Amino acid sequence: MNPSNGKGSIATASSSGAWKVGDVVPDQFPAGLRVLVVDDDPTCLVILEKMLRACLYAVTKCNRAEIALSLLRENKNGFDIVISDVHMPDMDGFKLLEHIGLEMDLPVIMMSADDEKNVVMKGVTHGACDYLIKPVRIEALKNIWQHVVRKRKNEWKELDQSGSLEDGDRQQKPSDEVEYSSSANEGNWKSSKKRKDEEEDIEDRDDTSTLKKPRVVWSVELHQQFVAAVNQLGIDKAVPKKILELMNVPGLTRENVASHLQKYRLYLRRLSGVSQHHSSLNNSFISAQEATFGSMSSLNGLDLQTLAVTGQLPAQSLATLQAAGLGRPTAKSGIPMPLVDQRNLFSFENPKPRFGEGQQQHLSSSKPVNLLHGIPTTMEPKQLANLHQSAQPLGNMNVQVNAHGGHSSSLLMQMGQTQSRGQILNESAGSHVPRLPSSVGHPAISNGIAGGVIGINGIGDNSRGIGYNQVRPTSSMLSFPMNHTSELASNSFPLGSTPGISNITPKGAFQDEINSEIKGSTGFGASYDIFNDLHQQKSQNWELHNVGLQFSASQNANRLQGNLDISPSVLVRQGYSSSQTSGQNRNVSDIGRAVFSGVESTQQGNTQIIGQQLNNFLVDNSVRVKAESIPDAGSQSILFPENNFGQEDLMSALLKQQQGGIAPAESEFDLDGYSIDNIPV
Amino acid sequence: MELGQMQGRLAEYTRSLYMEGILDAQFLQLQQLQDESNPDFVVEVVSLFFEDSEKLLNDIARALDQQSVDFKRVDAHVHQLKGSSASVGAQRVKDACVAFRNCCEEQNVEGCLRCLQQVKQEHYLVKNKLETLFRLEQQIVAAGGSVPMAEMTF
Repeated sequence: MNPSNGKGSIATASSSGAWKVGDVVPDQFPAGLRVLVVDDDPTCLVILEKMLRACLYAVTKCNRAEIALSLLRENKNGFDIVISDVHMPDMDGFKLLEHIGLEMDLPVIMMSADDEKNVVMKGVTHGACDYLIKPVRIEALKNIWQHVVRKRKNEWKELDQSGSLEDGDRQQKPSDEVEYSSSANEGNWKSSKKRKDEEEDIEDRDDTSTLKKPRVVWSVELHQQFVAAVNQLGIDKAVPKKILELMNVPGLTRENVASHLQKYRLYLRRLSGVSQHHSSLNNSFISAQEATFGSMSSLNGLDLQTLAVTGQLPAQSLATLQAAGLGRPTAKSGIPMPLVDQRNLFSFENPKPRFGEGQQQHLSSSKPVNLLHGIPTTMEPKQLANLHQSAQPLGNMNVQVNAHGGHSSSLLMQMGQTQSRGQILNESAGSHVPRLPSSVGHPAISNGIAGGVIGINGIGDNSRGIGYNQVRPTSSMLSFPMNHTSELASNSFPLGSTPGISNITPKGAFQDEINSEIKGSTGFGASYDIFNDLHQQKSQNWELHNVGLQFSASQNANRLQGNLDISPSVLVRQGYSSSQTSGQNRNVSDIGRAVFSGVESTQQGNTQIIGQQLNNFLVDNSVRVKAESIPDAGSQSILFPENNFGQEDLMSALLKQQQGGIAPAESEFDLDGYSIDNIPV
Repeated sequence: MELGQMQGRLAEYTRSLYMEGILDAQFLQLQQLQDESNPDFVVEVVSLFFEDSEKLLNDIARALDQQSVDFKRVDAHVHQLKGSSASVGAQRVKDACVAFRNCCEEQNVEGCLRCLQQVKQEHYLVKNKLETLFRLEQQIVAAGGSVPMAEMTF
């Protein structure tokens, strides 16, 4: 076998294509392509590894999906493509696929000895860029680099064509994916390549960026913003351009939004069976919560939805949350956003989360989602009030920190940090009944808190969460849907409308939904997932969106439960999480991520883990939160600090914050508004 | 036996395995993957396969032995065995697995037991054959010769 020859020939073929520009390393490419291969069968794994090495790829093998996810999360840009088996004991290959797609947006190839049409179709619908039948031949592996190139090309193309063909792009994208779904799609690929080639002129940067195009990381916050925007427009009318405008995230392109929208739609479709899509769902939820939730002003749209969905958030709070999410600091406070159909239903109740998770991720992209900017984790009335004030700046910080209750507070703290230390919302609300309930009555959620409310979602006591609505004179009501026992009101974000709160990522509430997959809120898990705490009840994984703030992770309820106590002593949570993480603790560098990843991995059904994850996440997030909370830091939007903050770090960070001394962790995180780096679109 | 003869025997033996369908093209791929940097690749992979498959076969037997058989579980095991046997090129084992899966679908314990027997037989057969093959190779290498790269001439 002469792999090198083959490679060489392939390379030349490609040179006429994507690498036309020549900037990239066409000569070497695809050598050195970083592949992650996941298969529980040791024999296949070894064989694949050998074959891939023969193709001159840089291979990492792994036999557990959870490990794979954590590897991916830890090295966001460490891999170019993932190959995964369909049938695995710990996690379904398709779930893994979804996670990766939403969190890291890497091309994923599925493989199986099963060649039945329905299974292959599943691969397609879940977004796999190819499906290989075992036994896999080396020839099939030689060409996998095409998927990497294609994806990059698409991304760049989107960038170039921002503004043009909004719909066209959208449609084009799916068709692209479909087109290339089979390994024997070279013909298609070529033709599409040709099409794309024509546009190469405008994509000069292709060459340089093709390989290293910064990815848009759809953090929880960002995703929430996205969801809020979509809801505001109406899912049917939501076009990327308008969504982009509504989101108003610097650095985000229409293409990013378009592709994300696509995914979102897929997600919704998948959920459709579960949730009643749209508002109907929300309504039902809302009613439950209505009483509790007051006006949720500009809550981060993201979670709001989820929250709303979970019923925890009263429709209006959701709206507000959404508004918050959307409006970000601008705060639509008081503007109850119509809860658009709950598309975001992200599974509050059910582990549908996938999307929710995804959403959450988006949320934060550009703005640091200060979920709880001021939202004291424990949502004590006073705290809330504090948050309120501080929330402002944090606005974005969705204090979703529910995650692990405890953590959330820390996170919140962080957020508040910038704003006002006092705010520290107890994001930890997540922990059972989030403290929020207690504070719920208090409008304390003052503006800042709204964001913080996030955590409240998690608050185990579903009932409690709601109390927050009131808070917020500014309307940022963080409606902490805490009620959901299971769902952690995903995002009860009482994120007070305060403009600052903008991201209260109600997503927290979504966390429940996310639960099953805690979509790893990419990293953000940021403690904002206070909801996570809330989730405790929900077995859902915490979607610790990047927003960090959102722990939408559907917390498997239990887990978070303990942790959620949103007390400002978030730090406590930290410990909590550790206990929870049944091993899932991961000191994920991305705080948020960590949380989620942990959560996610456990998702498989472990809500428990989620709690932990969240904790971890929170911990991580809290660290991140710091960075993010810095509202002015602005850049934080991406809440994904690349740093790996171990729990300890987080704890200390939180502690520091509590003490008011926490300086924005910004320095630690490299967030600058939009870490393009990890923004999986 | 002198080197040339041994090599001839090896080639003949290998060809027969392919002809009988005991091994298929995938095995050839494995052989082609082997190189100086990894001279025992095939042996390693095959050993890994047997280790893993034996475990699987035991699991299957145990699962079929239960009061109430969990066919999904059995099917999952068989599926895995199918995948790994296909990956090493143990064609007959793979085919037996395919038949086995049909029995699982029918949820027929008797049928499954029969299929299991069949799979075990094929498994045992390929194991022996490969052991012989490797032994021949070792002899050649010990005698100072090199094992010719397998070629599918048919």
